Amino acid sequence: MLDIQTAPTHPQTSPPRDPALDPGIANPVLSIESLSLWYGEKQALKDISLKVPEKQITAFIGPSGCGKSTLLRCINRLNDLIDGVRTEGDIRFNERSIFDPRLEINALRKRIGMVFQKSNPFPKSIYENVAYGPRIQGVKKKADLDVIVEKSLRGAALWDEVKDRLEDSALGMSGGQQQRLCIARAIAVEPEVILLDEPCSALDPIATARIEELMQDLKSQYTQVIVTHNMQQASRVSDYTAFLYLGELIEYASTEKIFINPSKKQTEDYITGRFG
Amino acid sequence: MNPSVSQASAESVVDRARPAALSTRRTREKATGATGFFGDHRRRSELVGQSLTWLCGGALAFNVLLVLGIMILLAWNGLGYFWQRDLVEIAMKDGTKVLGEVWEIEQVPAEPGQAADTAIDRVRVKTANRDIGGLDFAWIDESAIAGRRLPAQAVLLERQEWGNFHGFMTELREGGKVVARGPEPVWERFEILHERAMERRERVEELEKGAIGDVNYEIEQLRLDRRKLEIQELPAAELQRRAAEIDRRLEERQAEYQQLADRLFKMREEMLADTLVMQTVAGETQEMPVGNVVRAVRPNDMGWLDKAGLYFSRGWEFIAADPRESNTEGGIFPAIFGTVMMVFIMSFAVAPLGVLAALYLREYAKQGLVVRLVRIAVNNLAGVPSIVFGVFGLGFFVYLIGGSLDQLLYPEALPTPTFGTGGILWASLTLALLTVPVVIVAAEEGLAAVPRIVREGSLALGATKFETIRRVVIPAAAPGILTGMILAMARAAGEVAPLMIVGMVKLAPTLPIDARPPFVHLERKFMHLGFHIFDVGFQSPNIEATTPLVFATALLLIVVVTVMNLVAISLRNHLRRKYAGSAI
Repeated sequence: MLDIQTAPTHPQTSPPRDPALDPGIANPVLSIESLSLWYGEKQALKDISLKVPEKQITAFIGPSGCGKSTLLRCINRLNDLIDGVRTEGDIRFNERSIFDPRLEINALRKRIGMVFQKSNPFPKSIYENVAYGPRIQGVKKKADLDVIVEKSLRGAALWDEVKDRLEDSALGMSGGQQQRLCIARAIAVEPEVILLDEPCSALDPIATARIEELMQDLKSQYTQVIVTHNMQQASRVSDYTAFLYLGELIEYASTEKIFINPSKKQTEDYITGRFG
Repeated sequence: MNPSVSQASAESVVDRARPAALSTRRTREKATGATGFFGDHRRRSELVGQSLTWLCGGALAFNVLLVLGIMILLAWNGLGYFWQRDLVEIAMKDGTKVLGEVWEIEQVPAEPGQAADTAIDRVRVKTANRDIGGLDFAWIDESAIAGRRLPAQAVLLERQEWGNFHGFMTELREGGKVVARGPEPVWERFEILHERAMERRERVEELEKGAIGDVNYEIEQLRLDRRKLEIQELPAAELQRRAAEIDRRLEERQAEYQQLADRLFKMREEMLADTLVMQTVAGETQEMPVGNVVRAVRPNDMGWLDKAGLYFSRGWEFIAADPRESNTEGGIFPAIFGTVMMVFIMSFAVAPLGVLAALYLREYAKQGLVVRLVRIAVNNLAGVPSIVFGVFGLGFFVYLIGGSLDQLLYPEALPTPTFGTGGILWASLTLALLTVPVVIVAAEEGLAAVPRIVREGSLALGATKFETIRRVVIPAAAPGILTGMILAMARAAGEVAPLMIVGMVKLAPTLPIDARPPFVHLERKFMHLGFHIFDVGFQSPNIEATTPLVFATALLLIVVVTVMNLVAISLRNHLRRKYAGSAI
């Protein structure tokens, strides 16, 4: 099942980095090093290197099919589930390779939470959705779970809306609420990093605004990586932005720089809407 | 895309949905003169579509009619049986008389081979009194009948033995002494004596099933203990000491049994001491114990309400009582009980088996040629004739497993088999094998319908694959799995052929659950509604009288299956509501 082939070795010699790819991040939580990925014969990521800063929001932008979601799913090794995926290169999480065979994949995923493109609450009550992660981690006492559930729902700015119907099915909530529930579910296990895979693509502008607001609130505690094809969203919420195109990292810089003064022509074309 | 084509297809979709719009549109077309190549083509496809709609609707209507027809036929023939008809006294032209219920009037040719216009009416009368005439029914030509009347004093007796009796009450004897004479006094006095006799019968049955049954059971246990002792290799002194102990207790019990048997004998005598003398319409008299009468009614003297009361009382007896007279009378409770219990045990066996197999096929196995072949094999298993499963159950469960269990656990009872013969457990397991493909297929579909993204959500929270399956996938697939269980139960409840060789019997003296430890006796044989239908309808000594019972039993089988399915369906709907909007 886990037929992922890992190459935890470092690239032989780091070629001189293009300044357009290096915003100079001193204290990275995650560093992706020369990562390439193939789906069978098709190469989806080509030698990508970037560093994700701590307690900041990093956005991956790019046209559909550019590999941004694939890259995100590499970070918590969710691509392992897909048959025929092969990677090269390395991702270091707090200095440790996530491909290290001694590393327990479940422990990794507990520390790197994820919110998906389509909200995916479990077919359970609101309470059970949030308590799911902690239960898996072995929290059994109802009192402890109550505390965690309330804290997480408050953290996801959902508590006031659902506190009277915690036992109702999560599938009866609105789309925006479901997505915030998924965020609450993710932070209930107290991860260090939250990966957001186009979290607002199915939401209306008001719900989108609430999620974006929430991301700002969560910034003080969590490192966030968001994939979005909405450039306005990237410019509104993120501190750093990486632009990917056809599996290649074209430019990675502070959001301000990318949107005001991109150094590559392709980046400029994309953000000004000339293609993609 | 050509705009006119797209318009055409859009319009034809609308028209197919609403055939009534067709004619208006066609007039409009004629008026505008829009009949080109597209117009002809369109019109033809509309006609085909329209007739297809009617064909599909007709097929559905036909199916619905069939089902309704079956239900009405069963209900009409089965439920009518419990309604008391009048007792008609028919005087014949030759001077003889017949007293009975008119069941049917049929047209038959006067002589074989003659044309239909010479047909005469022939009346089928249930005359009862099998102990006198030997037959329950008589066919009488309408032309031979001189007159009919409904004597108010005509009595119908339902009896423990010999079926019903039609006649008039003449005498009532209490312990040999005549206490009443003539129809009216006897009728009044009879009720009191009958009630007393019924109480006595109840006490007799209580003693038989209670105290005497217990003593018999203990004696059997002691006998087995004795046998066990003989099989064990013990020092002679020890053996003798223990054997003596068992023999002493055996003697005690046997003495107790003797006492109880004497008491039972006396009680029986007492129960049968009062007798009733009946006279048939032909003038013959017959004396019978009051204690053997189940029910006495005067059908011609009953109002509509009385008959309704009798109807429900008989209906209840049919559902709740044990059968009598080799299943031709009394109730079918043991068959209902056996059917339901067997389906329950089958469900408990098939649910884990099917779900685990489906889990492996869908979640763990690497999808490839082998899994595809297994899947085809499972589907084909569902098409194997059920009797083949019966033969397998007999060979594998009964002889191999049951035989080995007997060797291991019940060596003292041999050569009498305990588990080495057909029983409710083996029958249920055989049916579980028969229905497992249905559960596997449905469970697999249920599992496949759980979206990938929900599984990933669980994995992304640090859950292992097993935790994900246990806590997210199975609950989400539960309604689909239950659908499979519903289909399996429906199939199992109706299956008869394989059961005939793995433990189903025509008459089981005891239920598989009773008050004697260990309370649930899975080795016992059982009765089944499906087989009961066959037995009553075609193996019974009195087929004419029991034909309505066949319909009533069939109706009851449908009701039992429906009730079990409704329970499962409501459980499934409850789950669906709980996870409202879930994938399945």
